[in-house]
Amino acid sequence: MRPFQPRVRRTRRGDFQLRLPAAERDLLRGLPGELRAFLGGDDPALARLSPPAYQEDPAREAEYREMVGDELAASRRRSLQIMESTIDASRLDQEQVLAWLGALNDLRLVLGTKLEVTEEMYEEESSPSDPNASAFAVFVYLGWLEEQIVEALASDLDPRGTGD
Amino acid sequence: MSVETLTTAPVETDRPSGSEVAVPDRPWIVIVWNDPINLMSYVTYVFQKLFGYSRDKATKLMLDVHHKGKAVVSSCPREKAEFDTYRLHAHGLWATMQHDS
Repeated sequence: MRPFQPRVRRTRRGDFQLRLPAAERDLLRGLPGELRAFLGGDDPALARLSPPAYQEDPAREAEYREMVGDELAASRRRSLQIMESTIDASRLDQEQVLAWLGALNDLRLVLGTKLEVTEEMYEEESSPSDPNASAFAVFVYLGWLEEQIVEALASDLDPRGTGD
Repeated sequence: MSVETLTTAPVETDRPSGSEVAVPDRPWIVIVWNDPINLMSYVTYVFQKLFGYSRDKATKLMLDVHHKGKAVVSSCPREKAEFDTYRLHAHGLWATMQHDS
């Protein structure tokens, strides 16, 4: 056993060290491509990525979707592409680490929606016979990694804020 | 709170659907709804980053989302509310907007 080392750490130069063991990189490697393929389909879980802005106004909602839909999709694909192209990197700049954050969060949203994750599931022991056990383990791993990216990024925010 | 209850969560609105009556003085509010997937730390971070809120204020809003099921994160004219909603959607949060009642 080695002492825990954070996977993501902000350096004094302002970029980010990415210290991922090879096994974790291999686990992550195929995920951006899988999500990209998934985005091109019509799975109901995709709805989680496009919540309505106007819940009760179909006309305005259609306008909103028309206005932002393509840009939201393009920005998702950009993040996936950046994560893919830096999957073996040991350092990430700010833009790249934000892309990792976005890609990991989208992966969790889609996987979590597919798995019908509930808040209670985080506390429950998963049964080895559960056919979704390995997918849920990946979901938990992605959250653990994302948590460390959030921590590294949040450490640079002024806790007093920049004015409400 | 499950995704299903989220999508069917009731929203009060006093504006008839589709009406184009301009009510310039009544602000719009942007609401973030609870979901079982986004990390608490991530939601706090997004509130700080997008709105410039202090960590304390962002944490309080996140906890309102978590415990009460939703929180109003901004109140502003329609175009700004739409932009805020868009940025929240780009960050994977379940955000909607409506007239303040």
